[in-house]
Amino acid sequence: MSGYFSYLLNGIKSLAIGLKITNKEFLTRPITLQYPHESVKMAPRYRGHIELLMDSETGTHTCISCGMCQKGCPSNCITVKSKKVPGVKGKVLTAYILDFTTCSLCGQCVENCKPAAIDFSNEYNLASTRKEDFVFDLLQKLHPEGVPEPKVDPALLKKEQEKIEAAAKAAAEKKEAAAKAATEKEGEGGEKAEGKS
Amino acid sequence: MDELIRILSYFVGIAAFLGLNLAYLGWVERKGAGHIQRRIGPKDVGPYGLLQPLADGLKLMSKQLVVPDNADRLLYMSAPVLAMVATVILFVTIPWGENLVPREFDYGLIMIFAVASAAGLSILLGGWASGNKYSLIAGTRAVSQSVAFEIPMLITAITIVMITGTMNLNEIIRSQSGMFWNWNVFALDKSILMPISFLVFFVCSMAEINRAPFDLGEAESELVAGYITEYGGMGFGLFMMAEYGNMMIGASLTTILFLGGWQCPFGLFPGPHWFLLKMYFLIWTIVWIRWTYPRTTLWGLLNLSWKYLIPFSLVNLLVTALFIKVF
Repeated sequence: MSGYFSYLLNGIKSLAIGLKITNKEFLTRPITLQYPHESVKMAPRYRGHIELLMDSETGTHTCISCGMCQKGCPSNCITVKSKKVPGVKGKVLTAYILDFTTCSLCGQCVENCKPAAIDFSNEYNLASTRKEDFVFDLLQKLHPEGVPEPKVDPALLKKEQEKIEAAAKAAAEKKEAAAKAATEKEGEGGEKAEGKS
Repeated sequence: MDELIRILSYFVGIAAFLGLNLAYLGWVERKGAGHIQRRIGPKDVGPYGLLQPLADGLKLMSKQLVVPDNADRLLYMSAPVLAMVATVILFVTIPWGENLVPREFDYGLIMIFAVASAAGLSILLGGWASGNKYSLIAGTRAVSQSVAFEIPMLITAITIVMITGTMNLNEIIRSQSGMFWNWNVFALDKSILMPISFLVFFVCSMAEINRAPFDLGEAESELVAGYITEYGGMGFGLFMMAEYGNMMIGASLTTILFLGGWQCPFGLFPGPHWFLLKMYFLIWTIVWIRWTYPRTTLWGLLNLSWKYLIPFSLVNLLVTALFIKVF
């Protein structure tokens, strides 16, 4: 008999506490997030796939196409393609291809990047039924409306053209000199050749 | 002829009222469960998911009725019908307003207890006829639960009959007229234990209609879905409707016996609105309780009934008798 009423009273008390808690939760706002329609704002340090950063001064990326990210990548998932454009200093990036299917998000590329042109993005809504959808061209992602033409420096262009001309001239002179030397030598050489044959 | 019109209007009225209530009590339950768990609940079908019950109903009606191989075909098909029939019959005696009673019986209270037993029977029948061990266990559990909780419920009802001196539900309500302290739940001058009696009756009615935390007949975690495991389509739909209908009956009966039915708490403008208000309040409490407590064990259930509810109701019966004799 001992404990009969205390058991009952304790039970009723704990039941009442339970009802109080559910009532409180009922009156607070739901925390449901309607995922496809709305999504969580990602923490700034979230490590998504890498992206080229937009430089506000130039209006484009700051990549110098040095290829350190490509070399440092343990999964070989980065391919940097670049070309030389007359009148522009350094190489110009033509494509920055990231194969995200093999990326392990180690961050070596971000650490290796001297001009800090790449960083982790906050993008996490990545789902597809096709493997090809995960091979990104980051340059296209940075400029979806079209990659802008690189700015040509006229002074540099002139200098370069002069240099090319000078080089061409030098080459022509060299060629001429070589031709001259060849014709000078021709007499001996020709005779030799004839003699041999 | 009058009789025929009365019967017809009862069936049409109760079908419309029940259909609407069952659909939207389901919605209230899902929405309430959602918000208690800080979810939203149904929201996509119609504004605030208000058309969800309609969509569910259409889906249930369009499904094929599959009878399992081991099932007893006749009993399997008739069990959900029996459950629904019992529920519809139970509404015959409920006095919604002073003059709004489908059929005023002098023995309405007895009639409700008698027909309500058929609901337990339909669960046993459905469980047995499914030819499935889980369903059978659920059926036997439901019956042992029914037997255990009918005793304190009846004893509590008898105390009310002793106080009011009638089994006519409308008369019971009339005897609680005036301000709210005349309601049986606060009638301390008739028996000092009346509030406890109300609690006993409410708990028993919750157990009788197999609602959580006493839904051992369904017990998803142990018995798949209990007696409705093998039911699909409208068989399942009828059991579901019967459950909500019984919930309404349980809430109405508690309202009639303890909360003064259609009486206004301040003695002004009594009418069906007060009845509905009290009934829906109790139904909401039942839903609230369902989403607060985990399911009891069979041991805990029978322990509660035999060790607490039956002694308390018996003591209340004696105290009431004493009060009647002394005062």
